Amino acid sequence: MKKVFIASLALVFALGIGTVGAASRDYISIVGSSTVYPFATVVAENFGKTTGFKTPTIESTGSGGGHKLFGAGVGVEYPDITNSSRRIKKSEFEKAAANGVKEIVEVKVGYDGIVLANSKKAPLYKLSRKDIFLALAKDVPSGNVAGKTVPNPNKTWKDVNPALPDVKIEVLGPPPTSGTRDAFVELAMEGGAKKFSWIADLKGKDKKAYKALCHTIREDGAYIEAGENDNLIVQKLDANKDVLGIFGFSFLDQNADKLQGALIDGVAPEFDAIADGSYPVSRSLYFYVKKAHVGSIPGIKEFLAEFTSEKAWGEDGYLTDKGLIPMPEAERKKFRQAVENLTPLSASDL
Amino acid sequence: MNNHFNTGHAGSTDSSTKEQSASVRTMDIVSKGLSRRYKAEKRFRLYGITAILLSMAFLSMLFISISANGYTAFQQTFVQLDIFLDPDDIDAQALQDANYQAMVKKSLRAMFPEVKTRTEKRQLYDMVSTGATYQLQDYVRKNQQMIGSVVQLWVPADDDVDMLIKGHIPRDVPETERRIKDTQLSWIDKLLEQGRIEKRFNTTFFTGGDSREPELAGILGAVTGSFYTLIITLLLSFPVGVATAVYLEEFAPKNRWTDIIEVNINNLAAVPSIVYGLLGLAVFLNFFGLPRSVPLVGGFVLTLMTLPTIIIAGRAALKSVPPSIREAALGVGASKTQMVVHHVLPLALPGMLTGTIIGMAQALGETAPLLMIGMVAFIVDIPGGFTDPSTVLPVQIFLWADSPERAFLERTSAAIMVLLAFLVTMNAVAVFLRKKFERRW
Repeated sequence: MKKVFIASLALVFALGIGTVGAASRDYISIVGSSTVYPFATVVAENFGKTTGFKTPTIESTGSGGGHKLFGAGVGVEYPDITNSSRRIKKSEFEKAAANGVKEIVEVKVGYDGIVLANSKKAPLYKLSRKDIFLALAKDVPSGNVAGKTVPNPNKTWKDVNPALPDVKIEVLGPPPTSGTRDAFVELAMEGGAKKFSWIADLKGKDKKAYKALCHTIREDGAYIEAGENDNLIVQKLDANKDVLGIFGFSFLDQNADKLQGALIDGVAPEFDAIADGSYPVSRSLYFYVKKAHVGSIPGIKEFLAEFTSEKAWGEDGYLTDKGLIPMPEAERKKFRQAVENLTPLSASDL
Repeated sequence: MNNHFNTGHAGSTDSSTKEQSASVRTMDIVSKGLSRRYKAEKRFRLYGITAILLSMAFLSMLFISISANGYTAFQQTFVQLDIFLDPDDIDAQALQDANYQAMVKKSLRAMFPEVKTRTEKRQLYDMVSTGATYQLQDYVRKNQQMIGSVVQLWVPADDDVDMLIKGHIPRDVPETERRIKDTQLSWIDKLLEQGRIEKRFNTTFFTGGDSREPELAGILGAVTGSFYTLIITLLLSFPVGVATAVYLEEFAPKNRWTDIIEVNINNLAAVPSIVYGLLGLAVFLNFFGLPRSVPLVGGFVLTLMTLPTIIIAGRAALKSVPPSIREAALGVGASKTQMVVHHVLPLALPGMLTGTIIGMAQALGETAPLLMIGMVAFIVDIPGGFTDPSTVLPVQIFLWADSPERAFLERTSAAIMVLLAFLVTMNAVAVFLRKKFERRW
């Protein structure tokens, strides 16, 4: 009796594994950026509820991790779509092509602002990108002599700019694996560093040194890596009014009663300012579709249609409720067209 | 010690008195040290009690803070709508094609006829959950005879309204800092007056899958996923673990190879769980080509993780069976297998079961190894089998904790309460099994 039971159990497992390995997938598999995740999930849920297709599964792997999985090959075991809070890198594109992922459709979803916020109980910060660079870079220019830098000596915001409060510099932000961090470094810090003319000149001469100078965040405790959990940063800011935090606009939007976003170059992080591009620290969000999977995995086309419909990503769409900043109409039209025709990306576009 | 001073001039005649005085002196020394020893004893107990109190305090702090944050999630705010099921809009032959969203919107407009502008209308529609549409659709499908009449339906309110009613969104801050606008506040007050807003038990939380709308999010999907994953883990790890323990303890020769195996098993028990996830990714997904995000693979990975725990517990249980039982069995002519199967294993089984349940509880709370095999994912549909994509309870907690909507904060705590309830139950079962079946010699 027992033997029969054990034997049948083994058989069931063997059969189970055998059939699973051969089976095809009847749901869309999406991976990628944690910033696009809250938007993609809403679309997926609506898609699952309003159509007969299964709800897509979405993993939040980070932009880089997403491209890695996405570009690993063509077939049911590889994801169909990857979300990305930055554009695909040329190296990633080439790697995917080498693995057989020849045709990738690029879809821009909208914009996201990165905010520097603090507690409502503290005064509002009015920063320039130069202030941000001087407060957070590992090395800062010394005097105004070209090529001369010193390890960042600034202890308080007042050291950075006499107009700012005399408060110790303490900023909570995402770790290096995060797309938010990449974008922040590129837009805010590099933007500030370029205000020094010799650093701007350096870009043409020695790109490596330029990047190292602009993109390296100080490691002496003034910048605190707080993990990818933005809610945690929000709670810490609420508890300690002297600290600033870096995170996506949607978290500021949800916690407007507790937090205020610092003005950057005189512009407050508000919906309209991010949408029209006047807020300097905003970036585009993307997703990438494997064209080879359209048709073999059911529902991809319909999912794309749902994502690019006006009721989702339009001015009044449900994605804006979740904090997505929509693109201007012309741009929306362009990408909707790309989705309908499944226009693949070519290496020369990057 | 005292004798040392007395030697030399000690005569045999007064030895008895000397001995007496020596013993008196010993007693003196003992009693002199006695209070110090009593104090040390007391201090030691005090340390122990302090340690226990401290850990109890931390534990109760954890429970209290989680319950305080989470208990509100078991209630959900509902809004009562009067919806006219217009026969012109609903075709009984094609129920799914009717525009239920428009009907919900119409009933909201009917309640507040003064709302005219576009932005105000949008604010009004935002007060009820998007789930209202699906609820209405479901209702009509089940009650087709109601088409043509006005039905009163309690639909879930939007999460922002819910947060306001529960007091998590303050009313007294300036309008720009609230997610509920002043006009919406006045509507809510009016609805409250009419008794059309009510807090009810949140059944969705226990019957729904994940959702990006907090008011529609539930843990059933995660619980089912955990269940399937643990079933696989149990079915694989218990037989393999017990067989390994029995072989190593009862049959294997004691030589260098078995020593190496033993050291390695003990090592595996201490390997960080993410390593098992990487192994699972490399072996089950990349080599065997199993699908991502399914309980089957999750169970395999967690089996690898819990096996060492079960083996170690199993061996300890076998060791605790006295050798006399084995010798008696062999003595009356039982074979070695008979001795193990008929006598040793039944006596060791309660201990093995306890170890298994503790290993299972550990597996239930694990997220790190599942990250690599894609079970940390947004999955709405409730899994129906071992190969449907699914997630597990701790992962659900992690995902909710990371969501921007404030209503997810309380749901996170509520999900933690559910997970803790499961863990407490499992550990209680382990204690019960041990108490009931354990034999002492």
